[in-house]
Amino acid sequence: MRTLRFQLNGDDVEIAAPDHWTLLEVLRYRAGLTGSKQGCDKGDCGACTLHVDGRAVLSCLTLAAEAEGRSVTTVEGLVGPGGPDVVQDCFDESGCLQCGFCQPGMIMAARQLVTENPQASRDEIKAALSSNLCRCTGYTKIYEAVENACRRTLQAAPVSAGSAAAAPGGKGRG
Amino acid sequence: MERNVINRTHGPDAPHGEFHRVGQRARKVDAIGKATGQAIYTDDIQLPGMLHAKTLRSPHPHARIRSIDTSAAEALPGVHGVITGKDMPTKYGVIPWTPDENALAVDKVRFVGDEVAAVAAVDEDTANRALRLIEVDYEVLESYLDPHKSLQQHDPVIHEGNKHGNVSKHVRLEFGEVDAALEAAPHVVEDDYFFHGTAHAPIEPHCAVAQSGHDGVITLWSSTQIPHYVHRALARVLEIPAHRIRVIQPHLGGAFGGKSDPFFFEFCAAKLAMLTGRPVKFLLTREETFYTHRGRHPMEMHFTTGCDDDGKLTAVDSKILIDGGSYSSFGLVTTYYAGQLLCGPSHFPTYRFDSTRVYTNKPPCGPKRGHGSVQPRFALEIQLDRLATKLGIDPLEMRRRNFQGAFARTVNGMTVTSNGFMECLDAIEQASGWKDKRGKLPFGRGIGAAGSMYISGTNYAVYPNDMPQAGILVKLDRSGLAMVYTGTSDIGQGSSSVMATLVAEELGLRMDQVRVVAADTDLTPVDLGAYSSRITLMAGNAAVDAGRKLRFKLQEAVGEKLGVPAKQVMLADGFAFDSQDGDKRITSQEAFELAEAKFETLAATGSYNTPERGGDYRGGTIGASPAYSFTAHCAEVEIDVETGEITVPKLWIAHDCGRAISPVQVEGQIEGSTYMGVAELQMEDHDVYTDPAHPEAGLHRRPSLLEYTIPTSLDTPELEAMIVESLDPEGPYGAKEAGEGPLHGSLPAVANAIYDALGVWMTHLPFTPGKVLEALREQGVGGGAARAGGASAGEAGASGTGASGAGGGGSGASGTGASGTRGGGGGASGSAPDVAAIRARLAGKRDKPEGDA
Ligand code: FES
Ligand code: FES
Repeated sequence: MRTLRFQLNGDDVEIAAPDHWTLLEVLRYRAGLTGSKQGCDKGDCGACTLHVDGRAVLSCLTLAAEAEGRSVTTVEGLVGPGGPDVVQDCFDESGCLQCGFCQPGMIMAARQLVTENPQASRDEIKAALSSNLCRCTGYTKIYEAVENACRRTLQAAPVSAGSAAAAPGGKGRG
Repeated sequence: MERNVINRTHGPDAPHGEFHRVGQRARKVDAIGKATGQAIYTDDIQLPGMLHAKTLRSPHPHARIRSIDTSAAEALPGVHGVITGKDMPTKYGVIPWTPDENALAVDKVRFVGDEVAAVAAVDEDTANRALRLIEVDYEVLESYLDPHKSLQQHDPVIHEGNKHGNVSKHVRLEFGEVDAALEAAPHVVEDDYFFHGTAHAPIEPHCAVAQSGHDGVITLWSSTQIPHYVHRALARVLEIPAHRIRVIQPHLGGAFGGKSDPFFFEFCAAKLAMLTGRPVKFLLTREETFYTHRGRHPMEMHFTTGCDDDGKLTAVDSKILIDGGSYSSFGLVTTYYAGQLLCGPSHFPTYRFDSTRVYTNKPPCGPKRGHGSVQPRFALEIQLDRLATKLGIDPLEMRRRNFQGAFARTVNGMTVTSNGFMECLDAIEQASGWKDKRGKLPFGRGIGAAGSMYISGTNYAVYPNDMPQAGILVKLDRSGLAMVYTGTSDIGQGSSSVMATLVAEELGLRMDQVRVVAADTDLTPVDLGAYSSRITLMAGNAAVDAGRKLRFKLQEAVGEKLGVPAKQVMLADGFAFDSQDGDKRITSQEAFELAEAKFETLAATGSYNTPERGGDYRGGTIGASPAYSFTAHCAEVEIDVETGEITVPKLWIAHDCGRAISPVQVEGQIEGSTYMGVAELQMEDHDVYTDPAHPEAGLHRRPSLLEYTIPTSLDTPELEAMIVESLDPEGPYGAKEAGEGPLHGSLPAVANAIYDALGVWMTHLPFTPGKVLEALREQGVGGGAARAGGASAGEAGASGTGASGAGGGGSGASGTGASGTRGGGGGASGSAPDVAAIRARLAGKRDKPEGDA
């Protein structure tokens, strides 16, 4: 057992959990934030994807202890005072949410892409989402959702090409 | 007693001339909750004092249990309950004629992974520790890992008391004189086909939470797609009356047929909750989901098809051996569906099928999207192309010539109503650029097509009864809200959104004025659940039925107020108004108030039952449906002749869904189905180690999402979904199914495209690079002569076929006469590939060992 201190969706939290628990377990079963899903618990499906310090990680492969002192954002944390985030809204609008179980992870992966490269091409979108398995959609409508989110992001704050933030990286499916 | 047929269909037309909600690209009623993490799935439920359960599984494929000692596990601190088979000895089965399952093994285990005991403890770690303390004394029995062995040998028998040894079900049906028709046919093709096993692999693993109330009511939240059958099975196995059980299906993370059976973990969670007095959660690991299985049955199929000189089919004959795994599940239906669902959209005047399902000591198979018919459809649609090729007929033309038509009767006595298959063919032909591609792409690239049909629900419940298949309750009140209570299970296919759309259409409401409560046996009328693609047609008709009853009341009350005849009152977009004078209008909320004042508390039930359908013979109702959907697929392929890798850059799919209540969701079903079919063809393989001498015999070969490769975004073809609306008289506003039909043709369309690309017929799934190279080698080295020696004999051997006991080697008999290069088209476009050089390189590789890379 250890007490972890980190920022969770903007709030400072203190949570006690067994040493070997993953970040996903701590969030789901201690913090009560069940938006992040567990599809495999092995790093294979991407359903547990969330952001640590703004970067997408697989929370089932992240020991909770690693979050100590860092900032964690889950799919619940994307929702702001104005309502759902643009990526969430575009996913809703596109009709790509079937069972929805993959989608919190998918949305967190997409959120990072839209932040870093709102001019992403279809191929770049495919590559950015390739760690997140979806069993329902055949992905087609998910691409449309992400493209819409990119478009709306650019309309809201036009970015000149190449000025996007750091290159995506981090996770990959073996 | 006369069967009470409540076949209230209302025709394809809009209630008031034009549709306001139906056909709109609207948002789903539950999507934003899913996108924001608010939607609650079963594993998201946490109850105070909740325990966690785990199960002990058999390490042997087949063994007798001599004894089980759970005393050490019970003594472990933190353990609150341990149960074994003797705590729930009543057998059950989702099909009432084949109750061969126990919640936990009673005296035998029948596959590696069969459940033997369950423990509830304060947490999962403690439960897992307790499992290791349980001692089971097994007497290992000879096991059956090859379906042929189960066909031939019945001692030891896998299910004691089964009348037919290790045969789970045998069906043989013949319509017309098949042998005579084949004898007379100038053109006959005959081949062996193999369809491997595949898994559903929804991203949500199975989960259940149970609570035993001190008022005597057991509540089970479960990731099931059929709460009603779980409800019935719980009552039977727990031996408590159904009215003291409540089953709730929370949001569900994908199912595809894999969550249709009542499962051990549901019984165990409930039983452990009753024993401990505490809530119990039972969550399966990803690995366990591969053992729980109920996936697509492996089938060995021997098919013979004949036609006349015009390409008109004269006979189809099939013999199929089905590897059922260790239990029956829906296997009785599977055995019928393997034959019954093939009789359209192409018509053939004589037909015979002989299918045998056997038990083996493997994870049990069951229904997967396109239940029972995806496998034989693969074989039949390749045979159609083979005949077309023999006769020099374009494959699309071949299908047009054999089209059965709308409002037809199939050879096996099924009634087809609307049928948009010809429009589907036109759509894929145009969109794909078929005419410029077929037979004209360079060597290694090709295009192919296939057609298929599927049921919109099955005409009879799995247990015989005279009650409606679908019931619904709609309540209106002065708040202006319409509440829809439906027993249907939204498993991601969008059934709750469809119910809301239909009720909104009938009552002239906006989508935000309708809310849906679904799949809660305490709150919602019985509906038979999400299987056989039944919900849109059946529950949809019930929804229109209930909505219409309320609409008449609203029209009457509003007419009185506005001083116009009730018929003249229109309801649309949140208003009720005089259709002759739009200024005379009130809001829906005011209309509800008027009707509530005039009549009484406003609610109506709606019901649907199927019309009498099917053939007049034993089994003639299995495969009968009120309406059938139709699909045409077109696939383009590119094959790397060096590596054998198949790339499918694009598929065009046209699907006749009757009327698209929600076009966006129909497209989603078409895309998702086709994605899944292509994955089964290329990437997925659910199998255990089958050599009995292997130390891991019976163990799953790929029990993770890394090893059981389901496609990522980078592996998925581009999918172009097209909707054809044939407006069926049986469906709600003319709607039929969309969730399963569009899977079928994806596999044979790719196989037929491979023929266009390489001039070889691939028949044994999955199409691994190794098999492609094997097929190329045969083609390249011996040309037509080598093929005449027995078509795909090499592959057949490799995947252990020899087909169905149907005299194996017959496949060469009709020969294909396939020419050395790809089909007759020749030289129209593109640079001529150096085929000889490719072949020479391939021949040079012959001596290197090949695997299924
Ligand atoms: S649950 Fe983390 S990758 Fe599957
Ligand atoms: S929507 Fe079901 S897994 Fe993606």
